[in-house]
Amino acid sequence: MSPFGAAPGYRAAATLPLRVELVRQLRRRRTVLTLGFLALLPFLLLIAFTIGRDNRSRGGATLLDLATASGLNFVVFTIFSTASFLLVVVVALFFGDTVASEASWSTLRYLLAAPVPRGRLLRQKAVVAALLSVSALVLLPAVAMAVGVLAYGSGDLVSPTGQSLDFATAAGRLALVPAYLAVHLAWVAGLALLLSVSTDAPLGAVGGAVMVSILSQILETIEALGDLRDYLPTRFNTAWADLLASPIDWGHLASGAFSGLAYATAFGLATRYHFAAKDITS
Amino acid sequence: MAPLRQLTRTRRQLAVLAAIGALLVGTVATLTIRMVPGPPPVTTDNVMIDVPGGPGVASAVHLDATVYRPAVTPAPAVLLAHGFGGSKDSVSAEATALARRGFVVLAWTARGFGSSSGQIGLDSPDYEVADARALVDWLATRSDVVQDAPGDPRVGVTGASYGGALALLLAGTDRRVDALAPEITWNDLAQALFPNTGSQAPVMTNSPAAGAFAPDGVFKREWAGYFFGIVAGSGSGGHDLCGRFRPEICAAYVQAATSGGPNPEIVAMLHRSSPTTVAGNIIAPTLLIQGEQDTLFGLDQADATARQLAAAGAPLKVIWYVGGHDAGAPSAALQDQVGDWFDYYLRGIGVNPGTGFDYQVPALFGTRRGLPPRTVHAVAYPGLGNDPVQHREVTLHGSPQQVVRPPGGSPAALSSLPGLTAALVGGAPSAAGAAGVEGVAMDLPGQFATFLSDPLTDPVDLAGAPRIRLRVAATPSTAIPTQDHAVLFVKLYDVGPDGRHTLPGGAVAPVRIGPLPGGGAPVEFTVTLAGMVRPVQAGHRLAVVVTTTDRGYALPPQPAGYTVSLADGTRLAIPVIAGQQAAAPLPAIQLAGIGGLAAVVTALGVIAALRRRHGEDADPELAEVPLVVTGLTKRYPGGLTAVGELSFRIEHGQVLGLLGPNGAGKTTVLRMLMGLIQPTSGELRAFGHRITAGAAVLSRIGSFVEGPGFLPHLTGVENLRLYWAATGRPPADAGIDEALAIAGLGHAVHRRVATYSQGMRQRLAIAQAMLGRPDLLVLDEPTNGLDPPQIHAMREVLRGYAARGATVLVSSHLLAEVEQICSHVVVMHRGRLVAAGTVAEIVAGSGTVSFTVDDPTKAAALLRGLAGVDVMGVGQRVVHAHLDGLPRADAVSALVIAGVRVEGVATRQALEDAFLQLVGEEAVE
Repeated sequence: MSPFGAAPGYRAAATLPLRVELVRQLRRRRTVLTLGFLALLPFLLLIAFTIGRDNRSRGGATLLDLATASGLNFVVFTIFSTASFLLVVVVALFFGDTVASEASWSTLRYLLAAPVPRGRLLRQKAVVAALLSVSALVLLPAVAMAVGVLAYGSGDLVSPTGQSLDFATAAGRLALVPAYLAVHLAWVAGLALLLSVSTDAPLGAVGGAVMVSILSQILETIEALGDLRDYLPTRFNTAWADLLASPIDWGHLASGAFSGLAYATAFGLATRYHFAAKDITS
Repeated sequence: MAPLRQLTRTRRQLAVLAAIGALLVGTVATLTIRMVPGPPPVTTDNVMIDVPGGPGVASAVHLDATVYRPAVTPAPAVLLAHGFGGSKDSVSAEATALARRGFVVLAWTARGFGSSSGQIGLDSPDYEVADARALVDWLATRSDVVQDAPGDPRVGVTGASYGGALALLLAGTDRRVDALAPEITWNDLAQALFPNTGSQAPVMTNSPAAGAFAPDGVFKREWAGYFFGIVAGSGSGGHDLCGRFRPEICAAYVQAATSGGPNPEIVAMLHRSSPTTVAGNIIAPTLLIQGEQDTLFGLDQADATARQLAAAGAPLKVIWYVGGHDAGAPSAALQDQVGDWFDYYLRGIGVNPGTGFDYQVPALFGTRRGLPPRTVHAVAYPGLGNDPVQHREVTLHGSPQQVVRPPGGSPAALSSLPGLTAALVGGAPSAAGAAGVEGVAMDLPGQFATFLSDPLTDPVDLAGAPRIRLRVAATPSTAIPTQDHAVLFVKLYDVGPDGRHTLPGGAVAPVRIGPLPGGGAPVEFTVTLAGMVRPVQAGHRLAVVVTTTDRGYALPPQPAGYTVSLADGTRLAIPVIAGQQAAAPLPAIQLAGIGGLAAVVTALGVIAALRRRHGEDADPELAEVPLVVTGLTKRYPGGLTAVGELSFRIEHGQVLGLLGPNGAGKTTVLRMLMGLIQPTSGELRAFGHRITAGAAVLSRIGSFVEGPGFLPHLTGVENLRLYWAATGRPPADAGIDEALAIAGLGHAVHRRVATYSQGMRQRLAIAQAMLGRPDLLVLDEPTNGLDPPQIHAMREVLRGYAARGATVLVSSHLLAEVEQICSHVVVMHRGRLVAAGTVAEIVAGSGTVSFTVDDPTKAAALLRGLAGVDVMGVGQRVVHAHLDGLPRADAVSALVIAGVRVEGVATRQALEDAFLQLVGEEAVE
């Protein structure tokens, strides 16, 4: 007999292979539409900029000028306009939906009874959600880079305070931005996953994580909170811009990475603990 | 064994709980530590301090003051002066912040403002500066202020604008001042209000923002009028047009405003109110803060002060920030630097702030979008020692151009709008007003000459006052007498590739040059343009524009025409200050934190793996028994007991029916059997292995519980394939075709499950449960939604399945179903076992038979006569009797012998009777 009384050929460590979970997620219209929209977004921005060219305001440089100064600037603008909300939603979607949607389809209990051990189910789902999230974080700037360079050329990256970085250096720095965002947004992933195992409503899990992000950003604007704001998970959500400075100031980047990982660890452990002992009644 | 396992589980949960708890506690503790001490308490006393009235003033002047006292005294003191038009209340935020740091802060309303008496003397040494000295005397009498010597308190002085000049004037005349931090203020008030940036003589080029400071300047009409209006229009000075200005100041203003130029008396008066007269005496450490958006007191004013202070030997640090009279008072972060300055020099704590030079580079489109400026640190303010500022030379192009000034000087070019930021003047910190200063610039046709550079090949941070040498000649006229002085305004635009002009800081450099030689002969002169910090991008051009008019300045009313050209061989010299970005220390704490997190997670992972390794619990004696349920209990937090002390077992090859009404707890048992919910007590063992969440032995159990679960966007067959793939078992073991045959869905298996009917999903789910031919098949209400032929087919499938050596557990609330399908039955009610055995045993155990007869009364009497028989009821043509083991044939023959005609003997409802009887008994208990 197989160890632990298992059926022949069954190994806990072989259950729910990443490939299978990836197929399960990629076959969903939600996943395809999300990634597709992110790939489309730079084109929409390009069209908006092209139309917006005609009725610009007089006097003074504008954000639009900066965004279209070069292809690299276009990439930075694209990230700038999506990092604090859209990308949060995307990460929350991939992580918040992953277990809750199984619960809502009643497939969760059959996976668990297959049996896919609970810890492994969480891990495989988290890995796939992370893969999809990172793909999204890479896809958007990559498409923006292609669109931007074609539309605005491969000039220097110009920072809002007028610093210039040559194309090769700046492209290397920009490649680090998704990496930072991936680490920083880990808190969203952790929270969404915790909510995902706590509710059978996928929208509740996704929306909950996004709401917390918005709430944190609102609190951040209250100056009276002073240093306490450093503990808000969204406090360092623009620190990626430091990667584009010369030299790179790693302070906020490290704080943002630590903040993201600390929240993610707390949420992740809470998720794991809660899910391990939870009665599955969906 | 079980209690030990329970203990292990509890310990593991405790470990995880403890880790999470530690993280949370850590966070909360950090927050609490920062919150609990709170801001140290600050007490305030309102006092009225009498000071001598000064020359020509008979009575004493009462100064309305507030003393802010820190928690611990004696402490060093800080004199905090307000801006023009403000009062002691407009600096209360800064005062409180300094008091919290541990300073005794004295904020007062300057004479002529608010509730203080007296008249405004414009920081006159005889009046306001004398007042401040009297306040130092007053501090010397206080026991809560640290005294360096009798009559010499340890005191710093700070303030912005009007207050900043006072700080310099006091420090220059009173050696008792130990440190100072003047902000956005003037060096020479005459030069600030009557600037002349053009000089035929050579100009100082060592420091970055040195102005020409030539005499006989152009009246800065808009700003001066703005301040006059604040006082005269306030009404606080009674009904005098001059408000609370001293008469000589009021008269001087009126004279200047109407004549458009300074006279020696006014210049002398303004000069007396200027730090330039005394700054050479200052040796106290000075933090000099000036704004880059300041058309009132530009960077040239601070530059002049810095040179004087450096010459005197005062430790000096200079900061240029994004702001000023046009764009906002120093931010809280800058005020913190003032606090640090005083901490170091008055209290001897903190890090030495050094003697460097910081300048902020504004974002290209202003700070209004919340984009932070970039701060550049230079080792020292250039030009104070032997290291003059570097200039970059930019070639300009442009032929000589004719410009005219219309009679009356109107319309006039626009460069900035003084007074947009009224809140600032009152001293209140304000970020408002940053918008638009650079966007309003406008030149009028015929009034300006342009000299344009080529596009810059690489970007440059322009920091300071650029210089250019120009040539101007008057255009003669036969009708109008030619003036001997030319008044011109010079500005520097950043021109984008699309031709858009940006005027950094909104600043212009007014020039009055002369005398002009007659006959159209030119004069050459150097212009020091307004000091600014501007990141100029590659591809942009620089344009020097010379105009004849500007709305901010008083213009000669006579018309005039000039020919303006570049001096031979001149190039635009723009100051560039080498520095470095904020030298960021390695973020060691954060990296250590990340390492700590990694260690915690790794440790927990190792612990979990070790626990798993010891997690096997098997009973070899039960290895052949598909399921043993022992003392199974599930209580929910609300107190509801869904399953109580349930024990039964299924033997190999049985088809066992779990029978009970809805709500009996059947599904709860099956969920525990699938490891989905944890029993409160008791256990289930499948093939000897204890069932826990995700136990490996579950792989031998196929289950269908509480309805189907499929990915709706995939087809039936894809669902089965993916489900099997998720088990990680070899594809060959699945038997998908066999399962699909059982499901009987035909071609529908290639449609998306979302399109399925309830019955189709039901059959697909049962097929999924049969994948891999599990040794124990668990089906919950399997015939729900099936039509009678399908139920019949399902019955055959299950029997066939059991016949092959597998075991089947079917739950149902339908008796007929169980009676038809099952060999054995377990009856549950309200979570408890009511009966268990073969279907026949249960039926026999109840033994109720219905006899359809022609004479029920006689039959009943006869049956009652038989030993052990109990008549349950008598109907019109039927008698129900409990035979208690008596064979039915005996009962029938007894009736027939007695002449009763028996038309039928029915046991078809037997299980139902048994069920009702069992459940009824249970209910009675």
